[in-house]
Amino acid sequence: MTKIVICGVGGQGIILASDVLSLVAMDEGYDVKKSEVHGMSQRGGSVISNCIFGKKVYSPLIGQGEGDILLAFEKLEALRRLPYLKKKGLLIVNDYEWPPSTVASGKAVYPIDIIQTLKDKTENLVHVNCVKIALKLGNIRCTNIVLSGVIAKYLPFKQETWLSVIDRRVPKKTVEINQAAFCEGFSNVACL
Amino acid sequence: MSDEREEIEDFSPFAFRKSLSLPRQRRGVVRFCTLPNILMGESMKVFMAGNEAVARGAYEAGCRVACAYPGTPSSEILENIVKYKDKIYCEWSVNEKVSLEVASGSVFAGARSLVAMKHVGLNVAADPLFSMGYIGATGGFVIVTADDPGMHSSQNEQDNRNYARAAKIALLEPSDSEEVRLLTKIGFDISEEFDTPVLLRLTTRISHSYGIVNTEERKEHPPKGYNKDIKKRLILPAHARVRHKIVEERLKKLKEYSNKFSLNRIEWGKKDMGIITSGISYQYVKEVFPWASILKLTLTWPLPDKIIKNFANNVKELFVVEENDPFLETEIKAMGIKVIGKERVPITGELDTYKLRKAFEIPTEELLDIPDIPSRPPVLCAGCSHRGVFYAISKLKLIATGDIGCYTLGALPPLNAMDTCVCMGASIGNAFGLELALGDKINNKTVAVIGDSTFFHSGITGLIDIIYNKGTSTIIILDNATTAMTGHQDHPGTGITLMGEPTKKIDLQNVVRGCGVEHVYVIDPYNLKETIEVIKREVERREVSVIIARRPCALRIKPDKPFRVIPDKCTGCKLCLRLGCPAISIKDDKAVIDKFLCTGCSICAEVCIKDAIV
Ligand code: SF4
Ligand code: SF4
Repeated sequence: MTKIVICGVGGQGIILASDVLSLVAMDEGYDVKKSEVHGMSQRGGSVISNCIFGKKVYSPLIGQGEGDILLAFEKLEALRRLPYLKKKGLLIVNDYEWPPSTVASGKAVYPIDIIQTLKDKTENLVHVNCVKIALKLGNIRCTNIVLSGVIAKYLPFKQETWLSVIDRRVPKKTVEINQAAFCEGFSNVACL
Repeated sequence: MSDEREEIEDFSPFAFRKSLSLPRQRRGVVRFCTLPNILMGESMKVFMAGNEAVARGAYEAGCRVACAYPGTPSSEILENIVKYKDKIYCEWSVNEKVSLEVASGSVFAGARSLVAMKHVGLNVAADPLFSMGYIGATGGFVIVTADDPGMHSSQNEQDNRNYARAAKIALLEPSDSEEVRLLTKIGFDISEEFDTPVLLRLTTRISHSYGIVNTEERKEHPPKGYNKDIKKRLILPAHARVRHKIVEERLKKLKEYSNKFSLNRIEWGKKDMGIITSGISYQYVKEVFPWASILKLTLTWPLPDKIIKNFANNVKELFVVEENDPFLETEIKAMGIKVIGKERVPITGELDTYKLRKAFEIPTEELLDIPDIPSRPPVLCAGCSHRGVFYAISKLKLIATGDIGCYTLGALPPLNAMDTCVCMGASIGNAFGLELALGDKINNKTVAVIGDSTFFHSGITGLIDIIYNKGTSTIIILDNATTAMTGHQDHPGTGITLMGEPTKKIDLQNVVRGCGVEHVYVIDPYNLKETIEVIKREVERREVSVIIARRPCALRIKPDKPFRVIPDKCTGCKLCLRLGCPAISIKDDKAVIDKFLCTGCSICAEVCIKDAIV
């Protein structure tokens, strides 16, 4: 059983990314469960989604210390959700800073050098600036699928499966750019 | 289970990378399918959320009528049922009470009907619920309650299983999406067979978790037709006294059925530990105690006493694992059975595998520690039409009794513009009560703030009360033409039904005037100057006035050209930060606007006294 925690800020496209991941796992013949929370937390708050696949999956929810992979869409959120990751787990973080309202209003400061802190705390860290890649492709909105490309590198699924799920799941007009985003993410990771 | 444990421990990103280059064989025949295939009624495996599975189950069961008022975590149930609108009439009702009453009417005529609501919605609908408990169900009647342990999006953690016991109706608790589909169907059958409404209890983690579901075809159940039967449906005391006896008999029969119900099942494991559980907790138990004996309860009211006693007699130590209230535990203890429940399992908050391990002192992974980091509370969106009103309230230092919706976020810093939030529609009554208690000390200082959808839901009654009883408070209706918080559902003021048909648009101004309010003003909350002036003028008026702040929700409009800060003019005074717009932040002592987030609403430009925002 593999447990993946996806986290970030409401509005970053986390739900779509975890949908795609789950459907790929399902297409590849696994039992899959996915869990997320709607409502209040989606208004720019901190968001978390769980995706679990394996031969048979029971709990749709990942407890602390149980995540095999933590896929973080934002640096501060990576830090916040770190307790969900196993000590030997893999942390993939989008090297991107989105100050929360508490920071924007000057009530708190955004921690400096989060990547270094994460490096010190985890054994397997991958960090990529996916926003930059998405902007290069021409649409910041496909950052989430760039990140899907990055995580794909570490999952036992075929690239065609990913591409066909993206084709079915994203709005028609954006299929091409999202598939390109996936490939960019996939090929841009410097392997550990 | 044991080999899966190994799989977990063996996990290594490197191992996975190696396997990536090898072509993998397809396991099984699970298919992904899109809606058109499902609609063809073909039986297939589909990845579905619990809420979607309710819709699917209702469709397959031949349901005819479905009603709801949106509320997280239940909203997607009707949003999915509408996909079957050729077969199922569905509506957004004005509130939960009305939804249950409309569906009850259809049940009178023998049509299979469903209502869905969040847990607190059932409080609103409790009156007809209890009556329907006596009246019963000529056509199958499934009432879905989506509880919210952990309060992800709610004001309390009430456990609605208690309603089934109190209203003396059957209760079903599914554990995953496939069971949701199945139990929705079975619910209709039980309802008709025993002449009872059936409460289908989901929780956030069931509603919003996805799992693989096996769809089946729809079986039609044409309405049985209406037969006048006042002894059953007109519950005058004389009739109700007879009905009550019938209801008690019904409960006895249901209990027998519960004892035979195949989904109340024992999964034998080692007999030194027995765990009784239901709903989502079953999944946590299966993962944490794969070796234990488990009694999985699915029809949980009335409880299958014989199965429980048999299970208890065959295990050494007995536990109950359930979220929130000790519902099963209390009943099992009342049977004279020794059982451990809330002594170990937390009564507050949402359960998960980690918490369950902790509760039973099972070793868990050592957690990675994190430093103190800034929190990230949800905020009103950039360009939110509520922001201007809250800025005005905060500037005028008013006491604001609040209500339920996105706008409750106006209570957070830096706006700090809301004092209370009790329940749907409470703001108006609360403002009036403050006025009664404090008299002149509070006059000119209070406003009630309520959203458009909430006003239709239950604000109207509060308004009529304050007018009738001669109050003087000011009421601000935030009219953004949608039910934003729960995902932008239509309501009586939008002119469109859930079925997507145009309808009469109920005009707020006319409603308010019709209730007898003489001072009604419509303002544009993007115009800060006007907003502040009108609110200031109206709170001073010694009569009820209603201000309608009208602008569509920012997520439903095409953004205007973004504003920007001219660095040379910005003095870094941070005045604009008081708006709490997520698009504005400070970098190197100057304000900056994120051009991707900004919707061009212009209110920051109105706030900036240095004209640095253009
Ligand atoms: S969804 Fe609409 S109403 Fe809710 S905070 Fe955002 S802009 Fe405001
Ligand atoms: S105009 Fe100003 S207040 Fe409005 S969305 Fe843009 S930055 Fe925010």
